[in-house]
Amino acid sequence: MALILDHVTYEYGNGTELTVRALNDVSLVIPDGQFIGLIGHTGSGKSTLVQHLNGLLTPTSGHIYYNGEDIHDRDFSKKKLRGRVGLVFQYPEHQLFETDVFTDVCFGPKNLGLDKKEVQLRAFQALKQVGLPDDCFYQPPFDLSGGQKRRAAIAGVLAMKPEVLVLDEPTAGLDPKGRDEILDLVSSLRDENGMTVILVSHSMDDVAEYVDRIVVMDRGGVCFDDTPKEVFSHKEELEGMGLSAPQVTDIMHALKKAGWSVDTTVTTLEETKREILKRLAR
Amino acid sequence: MIRDITLGQYYQTDSIVHRLDPRVKIAATLIFICSLFVVEQAAGYVVAVLFLAAAIKLSHVPFRFMIRGMRAILFLLLITFFFNLFLTPGEAAFQVWKLTVTKEGIALAVKMAVRLSLLIVGSSVMTLTTTPNNLTDGLEKMLRPLQKCKVPVHEVAMMMSIALRFIPILLEETDKIMKAQMARGASFDEGNLIQKAKSMVPLLVPLFISAFRRANDLAMAMEARCYRGGEGRTKMKPLQYKGRDYAAYLILAVYLALCIVAGRIVPWGSIL
Repeated sequence: MALILDHVTYEYGNGTELTVRALNDVSLVIPDGQFIGLIGHTGSGKSTLVQHLNGLLTPTSGHIYYNGEDIHDRDFSKKKLRGRVGLVFQYPEHQLFETDVFTDVCFGPKNLGLDKKEVQLRAFQALKQVGLPDDCFYQPPFDLSGGQKRRAAIAGVLAMKPEVLVLDEPTAGLDPKGRDEILDLVSSLRDENGMTVILVSHSMDDVAEYVDRIVVMDRGGVCFDDTPKEVFSHKEELEGMGLSAPQVTDIMHALKKAGWSVDTTVTTLEETKREILKRLAR
Repeated sequence: MIRDITLGQYYQTDSIVHRLDPRVKIAATLIFICSLFVVEQAAGYVVAVLFLAAAIKLSHVPFRFMIRGMRAILFLLLITFFFNLFLTPGEAAFQVWKLTVTKEGIALAVKMAVRLSLLIVGSSVMTLTTTPNNLTDGLEKMLRPLQKCKVPVHEVAMMMSIALRFIPILLEETDKIMKAQMARGASFDEGNLIQKAKSMVPLLVPLFISAFRRANDLAMAMEARCYRGGEGRTKMKPLQYKGRDYAAYLILAVYLALCIVAGRIVPWGSIL
């Protein structure tokens, strides 16, 4: 069941001469428990798409169903939906506002109308889950480092206990270490809680290691929707869209060109290592 | 959402009015506004309407964009209209319930309504055809003589253009912050006044922090490029009058003369 997008089209600047079609007839089914990478070049419509998932944007035409219910029905509670489909935006600076991290994380569950004890319990659990050190809990959020702020922001959404977690470019602006930490965190969250996770990114390397399925967007439409292996086999088309296959795929293609008979469909670093060692052992 | 709000409402197209020097347009707007208040008779307004219609036609801006500015003052327009209609003493024309409408009242009400409408549409022509940056450039150059009396003209103009430049950036930022908080279940349009005011905190705190950060970055970037105020600073695109600008000034002078003459031939009341 979960989330279904049915022929969703969205236009910015409705009715004026400056109308831009950001989404063009997108249909997607997002089943429970899947880890999906949503990839696209800047301006491909991926951020617009995820803002439809929790009803922040209303499609110009088409429907979105959550567990079979149209989310834009008048009697469907948007607030509840936003508790179920948690969306973490790119910049934690856009959401952190309280005097300390703990109170800030309480904001989400408090808005859901839970009682105080439950709110604090959830906030505490969420902060533990994202692995923020205890001494950060009562610091002003603005004193945290970039990676810590991002964790605090993710905790702020996790505390609402969403069934679907959507992260819009969670690694942008982080150093390699911070990047790996965030991606590992997201992956472990999914394994522990069985959440559906949608990871938005423009970097194939970010998602290749973790996701079950990749959705590639270009100019407002979905062009590939398949397993990482299948998607990366369309190396040339991806490059034509200004995207690139993961570096390991590039290496394997280069090796094949140099006369090695290697499997070019590998996507993760681990697989690549095994594949190369296998050839060398021969 | 918030993106739909238009501010500085520049309408991008190519026309002779768009290409005019901003100083001409500022002067024209001032003269047009003055002419509306100098003129007392109907014929003068006919001249003003014709002048404005010609300017709109030349500007290639769709008429509905001109009217848009009117919507904001519609309420004001109606209030002045009815106050003038009912509260002007003079010869009674007819009666509605307990209120007497006088002939002078009708004349005054119509005159004020026409004046106000022309005023708004007239200044819309300027803002629709001039980019805010051009406008500040024009103002800076026009006010340059004031520098002699120690008025910091350049600094004021710089502050204006920075403020204008920040409006769309901060609007976009507001939109993003609102969405980020709504994703956490915040709502900005529920509850009574106090609750609404409280709900602004999660929006305003990140917005202020970001505005200060941006201001800081901008100051740093200006320092890095050795900004030292207006002294000795030259412009990449200096404002320079061209043939069409002199022609426009000439047309303006003719318009003003016509307005004054026409405003005295036919008395306002006689066409009613």
